[in-house]
Amino acid sequence: MKFRSVFDIIGPIMIGPSSSHTAGALRIGKVARNLFGRRPKWAHIHLYGSFAETYKGHGTDVAIVGGLLNFDTFDDRLIRSFEIAKEEGLDYAFFIEQGIPDHPNTAKIVVGDELGELEVVGISVGGGKIEIAEINGFKLKLTGDNPAIVILNNDRFGCIANVANILAKHEINIGHMEVSRKEKGKLALMVLELDENINNEIMDEIHALPNILQVARIVE
Amino acid sequence: MLFKTVRDLVELAEKENKKISHIMIEQEMLVTKKSREEIIAQMDKNLQIMENAVQKGLSGVTSHSGLTGGDAVLLQKYIEKGNHLSGDLLLQAVSMAVATNEVNAAMGMICATPTAGSAGVVPGTLFAVKNKFHPSRQEMIEFLFTAGAFGYVVANNSFISGAAGGCQAEVGSASGMASAAIVEMAGGTPRQSAHAMAITLKNMLGLVCDPVAGLVEVPCIKRNAMGAANAIVAADMALAGIESKIPCDEVIEAMFRVGKMMPSSLRETAQGGLAVTPTALKIQKEIHAGGEK
Repeated sequence: MKFRSVFDIIGPIMIGPSSSHTAGALRIGKVARNLFGRRPKWAHIHLYGSFAETYKGHGTDVAIVGGLLNFDTFDDRLIRSFEIAKEEGLDYAFFIEQGIPDHPNTAKIVVGDELGELEVVGISVGGGKIEIAEINGFKLKLTGDNPAIVILNNDRFGCIANVANILAKHEINIGHMEVSRKEKGKLALMVLELDENINNEIMDEIHALPNILQVARIVE
Repeated sequence: MLFKTVRDLVELAEKENKKISHIMIEQEMLVTKKSREEIIAQMDKNLQIMENAVQKGLSGVTSHSGLTGGDAVLLQKYIEKGNHLSGDLLLQAVSMAVATNEVNAAMGMICATPTAGSAGVVPGTLFAVKNKFHPSRQEMIEFLFTAGAFGYVVANNSFISGAAGGCQAEVGSASGMASAAIVEMAGGTPRQSAHAMAITLKNMLGLVCDPVAGLVEVPCIKRNAMGAANAIVAADMALAGIESKIPCDEVIEAMFRVGKMMPSSLRETAQGGLAVTPTALKIQKEIHAGGEK
């Protein structure tokens, strides 16, 4: 069941005009922002499929930049997000891609600053709901049927066990888990599918663990 | 999970002698582990946003492209004159559905039901039937849970986005959801709600998503108008005792198959249907030229 909550259907509260092309697009930008963990200095945004065809009319471009600025779907500053990005020093560029994606509404966002960069591929599946398909070139094999979180960490021993211990303490079951790293000892990531959504307190508790860089929800 | 299909939903409601809205609330409590009060408060907030959007639309708005706006006001003035052909309730629903989508097109704040492009149908019909049944706030909130329950089944067994399944998946789903909720508010049975949904959706099958210039304006706003009208007529038919020969779940499945056969040009890419008529292409050219100055 991809749509678990009644508020996926009656909701979200949002600035128009399109739940998939505006609200969903914003949410993909926001996941990229949250995973990056700070305001990026630059963003390269690649649009595919229906996003590429109709982004202007739907404000998809404005919305993704709004997400990168950490706005919510109902934030009316959204309309001015290009201006605000300039004021805050976020340099963005759009690339309209011809390639045919698996899903019609796909965006690839690469964000970065002098300290690092991050790449996220997201899909807007309808009604404002999104799925994250790739992080840093690592394809996620999520069913979308369960809540999922992603954790970026330094590749050190004990990180995975520490996260699992916190979830165990709160009696949260892990349904599926994937780990990946680019290079031994550098940046790694964990993706966990859980049987229930976890609250912000638990997210913070995980974030406070040693060597954990970022924690973000990618499926709610 | 308490239900996956409309059949589950109806059987559960009948067995436990509960309204569909109550089953939706119970399922939400089960899935999200939130309290009943929290869930109802969240829906109340959505209802408030819907009321604000309708009020804003009825005061008159214009989209950034200048393509749409003001039709909700025209309809209100026409209703006041009293010479209209269809009934008050029907035209009020149409006017308020249009109002919501005009606000959406103007990048105003709305509540997606199930999407932004189809956000007018559920509130438009709710506020129109409100004038007839004078429901309590609680009953209005229940209307949204019932609509949500039917939308939930469609979303998980078929699709609710124009890019995936055409307008049938958006305005079609919204209309079906609305008709089922109207039946509940009018005192009909869960089974009648399912028939209303089936009758509505059958009449929306095959509807393509062909937005002019890629904007959620033409024909989206008027499709919400007709979606609202369709929902009310289908609800009346179901309340009269008319049944859909094809069960609701099978209609939803048919919608899925039809959507799968739709070419990409008719799924929100603005490359087919009304979007490529000479007038639409002229509008598109004007808007894009205007946007780059």
